[in-house]
Amino acid sequence: MRHSAFTLILIVLSGLLLLFIVAPLLGMMISTSSEQLLQTAVEKEVLNSFWVTIWIAFTATFVFSIPAIPLAYLLARKNFKFKKIITGLIDLPVVIPHSAAGIALLGFISRDSVIGKVAGYMGFNLVGSPFAIAIAMAFVSIPFLINAARSGFELVPERLEKAALNLGASPTRMFLTISLPLAWRSIVSGLVMMFARGMSEFGAVIIVAYHPMVAPVLIFDRFNSYGLKYAQPVAVLFIGVSLSIFILFRLLSSPKK
Amino acid sequence: MLSIENISKKLGAFLLSSISLSVNRGEYFIILGPSGAGKSILLEIIAGLVQPDDGKLTLNSKDITTSPIQLRNIGLVFQDFAIFPHLNVRNNIAYPLKGKGLSGSALNREVLSLAKKFGVSHLLKQNASTLSGGEQQRVALARTLALKPDVLLLDEPLSALDSERRVELRSLLRGLNRDGQTIIHVTHDYEEAIALGHRVAIMSGGKLEQVGTPEQIFNKPASTFIANLVGVKNFFLASLTESNEVNLMKAHLASGLIFYVYADACGSGYITFPDNSVTLSLTPPQSSALNSFSGEIVDMYPQRYGYEIVVNIKVKIFVNVTHESVLKLNLKIGSRVWISLKASNIQFIRVD
Repeated sequence: MRHSAFTLILIVLSGLLLLFIVAPLLGMMISTSSEQLLQTAVEKEVLNSFWVTIWIAFTATFVFSIPAIPLAYLLARKNFKFKKIITGLIDLPVVIPHSAAGIALLGFISRDSVIGKVAGYMGFNLVGSPFAIAIAMAFVSIPFLINAARSGFELVPERLEKAALNLGASPTRMFLTISLPLAWRSIVSGLVMMFARGMSEFGAVIIVAYHPMVAPVLIFDRFNSYGLKYAQPVAVLFIGVSLSIFILFRLLSSPKK
Repeated sequence: MLSIENISKKLGAFLLSSISLSVNRGEYFIILGPSGAGKSILLEIIAGLVQPDDGKLTLNSKDITTSPIQLRNIGLVFQDFAIFPHLNVRNNIAYPLKGKGLSGSALNREVLSLAKKFGVSHLLKQNASTLSGGEQQRVALARTLALKPDVLLLDEPLSALDSERRVELRSLLRGLNRDGQTIIHVTHDYEEAIALGHRVAIMSGGKLEQVGTPEQIFNKPASTFIANLVGVKNFFLASLTESNEVNLMKAHLASGLIFYVYADACGSGYITFPDNSVTLSLTPPQSSALNSFSGEIVDMYPQRYGYEIVVNIKVKIFVNVTHESVLKLNLKIGSRVWISLKASNIQFIRVD
């Protein structure tokens, strides 16, 4: 098969970019011995941080999806004043530095804030709690869910919804039985993206909660205290865990053949 | 039963302007018009999918102009059927029934009886996305009628079907109507209008042009637009009886005239034939045409390629004649002439 010069340029440039993504990850995996990996995999601190990361990211995704999915539906179906501004606001967490997001959230939950004071009266300190980690994860990852769900709802033909109403369904029943199931694949893909993004968040989380230590913070902590050699095995293991979960969800949400 | 008063709606450059009509209980009402006439918008306004800018809708003396879609009890079968693709046929039909609170064996019984009525019992477990157009339509009808709607709205129900399925669906719709279902049916096909409608409303450019029985519309079109739209001028109510020959029928007109036509069975309906299928002569025709009548020319309209001549043979027959023939035969108003046409040129549209 002969390729034109243009196609060759495309292939070379694409290859370089893929190499740029794969090479550092692969290099790190190769330079980490299986012995190191095994030792790290049984460390209590490491296992704890993985577990904390997964369940907090999962909870944050689940809880925040309850208002996020209706908001996505609203944006997909209704026209209202300031819609463009709201759409822009939703993308804000993606564009601002995550450390800045962390600082903003810290102000929001610190002991001096209203929420912080209320929690304080009840005997909780929000800073440094799983709650703080969850809102930091949700803050930076919620746009992925809202945008995916919104485009999912936009793909549902409006006449199917109108047909449901015409068949006597209430708007709530129509949403639950027609709009939601038909947009489900996009929503699941948004949930997976939000979950994965939340799990890997470092910048915002480290500012609101150094402890309990989530995996990205642990990797940083190991690097800071002991150096590259000690951070690498944790990083490799965490990438493995993240990828496995990612692939698992993708398989679960793909349509049955 | 359903009354539409001065309904108007502006949609971009299109204006549906001040539509008023009323449909009686048990009536089969046809809205006939070319595409872009505003027929579908009118249906969507009746169903509540689109809010009118102005005007009033009343159903069973209740003002429903601003009622939510789901509370109107007006069933709409969409042109593309709007079958829910993620549900199987059974759950599509059960959808409105579950909304009414039916469940268990009562739900099952109702679904089975609807499926049987519309000939989709064998498809119940099938995924809706695998159905053919005709099957989807039957499912859509079964699903909509599960609601027991006061009025059934049909948007171009026959346009997606081949001719065999059309005949089937026509008789199905006629049967529904005979059982008391009020139907409003939108179409661009005049034959459908004649075959099904008790009354026909003609729409064009967002306006209502004429409302009447098929006979009124086709014999006395209110405008040249309607005459052109319906395209047939020779159009008569007739009842068929058998002749000596198989499939050749005698069509008896109210005026006492008898035309020979080909049809499968006796019954009543309309006969129509194009004005260019009629031959005109000064003496009794020698051809094999079964239908020949003598009459007098009562009108002559010059046209691009000749004349349209109206011959009174107890009913008025429209005949297309070239300039040459008019000169050669010296035709003028008052001339006595013969007309003839073949039985095979006459179309019979059954309505019973």
